[in-house]
Amino acid sequence: MNQTKLEELASRALSMRRMIIEMLAASKSGHPGGSLSAVEIVATLYFAAMQVDPANPHQPDRDRFVLSKGHAAPVLYSALAEKGFFPREELLTLRKTGSHLQGHPDMKKTPGVDMSTGSLGQGISAAVGMALAGKLDKKDYRVYALLGDGECEEGMVWEAAMAASHYKLDNLTTFLDYNGLQIDGPVQEVMNPTPLDQKFQAFGWEVIQIDGHNFQEIWDALEKARGTKGKPTMIIARTVKGKGVSFMENQAGWHGNAPNAEQAAQALAELGGGK
Amino acid sequence: MIKIATRTAYGQTLAKLGEENPNIVVLDADLSKSTKTADFAKKFPERFFNAGIAEANLMGMAAGLAASGKVPFASTFAVFATGRAFEQVRNSIAYPKLNVKVAATHAGITVGEDGGSHQSVEDVSLMRSLPNLTVIVPADAVETEKAVRAAAEHQGPVYIRLGRLDLPVILPEDYEFKLGKAVALREGWDAAVFANGIMLALALEAAEALAREGIEVAVVNVSTVKPLDTATVAEVARQAGAVVTAEEHSIIGGLGSAIAEALVENCPVPMERVGLKDTFGESGSPWELMEKYGLTVGGIVDAVRRVYQRKAQG
Ligand SMILES: Cc1ncc(C[n+]2csc(CCOP(=O)(O)OP(=O)(O)O)c2C)c(N)n1
Ligand SMILES: [Mg+2]
Repeated sequence: MNQTKLEELASRALSMRRMIIEMLAASKSGHPGGSLSAVEIVATLYFAAMQVDPANPHQPDRDRFVLSKGHAAPVLYSALAEKGFFPREELLTLRKTGSHLQGHPDMKKTPGVDMSTGSLGQGISAAVGMALAGKLDKKDYRVYALLGDGECEEGMVWEAAMAASHYKLDNLTTFLDYNGLQIDGPVQEVMNPTPLDQKFQAFGWEVIQIDGHNFQEIWDALEKARGTKGKPTMIIARTVKGKGVSFMENQAGWHGNAPNAEQAAQALAELGGGK
Repeated sequence: MIKIATRTAYGQTLAKLGEENPNIVVLDADLSKSTKTADFAKKFPERFFNAGIAEANLMGMAAGLAASGKVPFASTFAVFATGRAFEQVRNSIAYPKLNVKVAATHAGITVGEDGGSHQSVEDVSLMRSLPNLTVIVPADAVETEKAVRAAAEHQGPVYIRLGRLDLPVILPEDYEFKLGKAVALREGWDAAVFANGIMLALALEAAEALAREGIEVAVVNVSTVKPLDTATVAEVARQAGAVVTAEEHSIIGGLGSAIAEALVENCPVPMERVGLKDTFGESGSPWELMEKYGLTVGGIVDAVRRVYQRKAQG
């Protein structure tokens, strides 16, 4: 990835982080921690990897993205707004009565959302279905999904993992946002899902481990996934929950609480780059 | 006025029950701060089991604990307890009639901002369809404490539906709760409202408003939806001759359906159901959503006027 692209992605990511804080402050509820940990992943997908057209969100040959950890809707909405699927101002209607921006992604309401999610474990199965359809139709679109590490405690994730390798879905690439936290605390203390790399390997996946905040590593992993034949790829991305906002970083308490006006101002000041 | 959520009363009661009964164990699925089982977990860490984000296993483990003499309370959001884990509740808990108490929080549209994916509007319908299962929908904190205690004493599976929102306490401390008993809180001969959960307070307000126009409405708290107190329901309906049900739930399969089934067989009268009209919820602030979906005092008042009219027309 060249320097110009890296710089563009960094600026997109900054803009997305600011939007996440702004929309959560406006809605006064929602999930900052797991939105901020996935910014670089989602930015790289929408601004480097995926073929999507904001003017034609249902275009049948497009790449698909399923936010299996649906509570991180703000990171998806920030990318969709930044990409031009809908006006940026609409972000401030997040979670309000009548808004097309629901608390969890809703494919019937929001342009650019490929699958309704929010019940953990279900998104990855839908992504498997989309990848199967791609194979059936002999299309070369790719399907991407994003899982949480806590989400991997759901049995359904492993049912989907089994099916994806059974059907040799090399058109499916999944990220695992390995931020180490769920709601009740560290994943290893609440219900240890590790070792995730060995588990997905044993389920027949190509597994790549990267720093989930490093664009070059994300990009290289995506390239490797594209070249992998006969099996799906799991990119285990080490991340920091709440990344970019000092007081939110690595705090389970910032999983599902929105910042108040003062906290939002502090977060935005730390992030910088405001216009 | 102090306001307290039914989930909060649940957590407090569970922590007290833990002292009284060493057989009580509690299970959660990564939502213990929200469901308030954290109160129990703090006091009795060795009797608390976090299943992680794994609701099917949560219910299965609860079944095994019950089969081994424990009294498990299993908690998560209503949409996951009765949706994701439906078949575990059916085949591992209700079918073998095991002594599991499924206490589900964040039921209904008053979940608010999280939106339709998280708002369970069908849980009572699902749970009510299962043989052996007792289904309770408490109206406030006072009734929740009594219901949770009754559930702990009852031998057999129980579903308790709890809410997220802080609510005023409407029932007196000495309110007499009995499993399977519907309680008339207000007498009236012109029409009757059968309500539960958050809608009970609104039904009482609606009755006040109607009394000012000279329409006397009975209000009955039907917190045990199953087994339904058919005798009381039929008797009140017979006296009133016109009935409205009110629930924060789909009108399909919940309290409205239960009352309709009982009345059509015992004493058919003009009837309307206030509730969600075959729709999912959406994101928004809880009371805005209640307004939008017609779960209001005005909604109940209008429904009562209509059934009262139909009754007058014979
Ligand atoms: C089936 C299901 N159970 C429970 C929840 C409630 N819930 C929302 S987020 C969350 C924790 C998610 O942790 P993780 O997957 O690690 O996400 P992240 O840390 O990336 O935010 C839980 C339990 C849910 N949305 N779906
Ligand atoms: Mg996590």
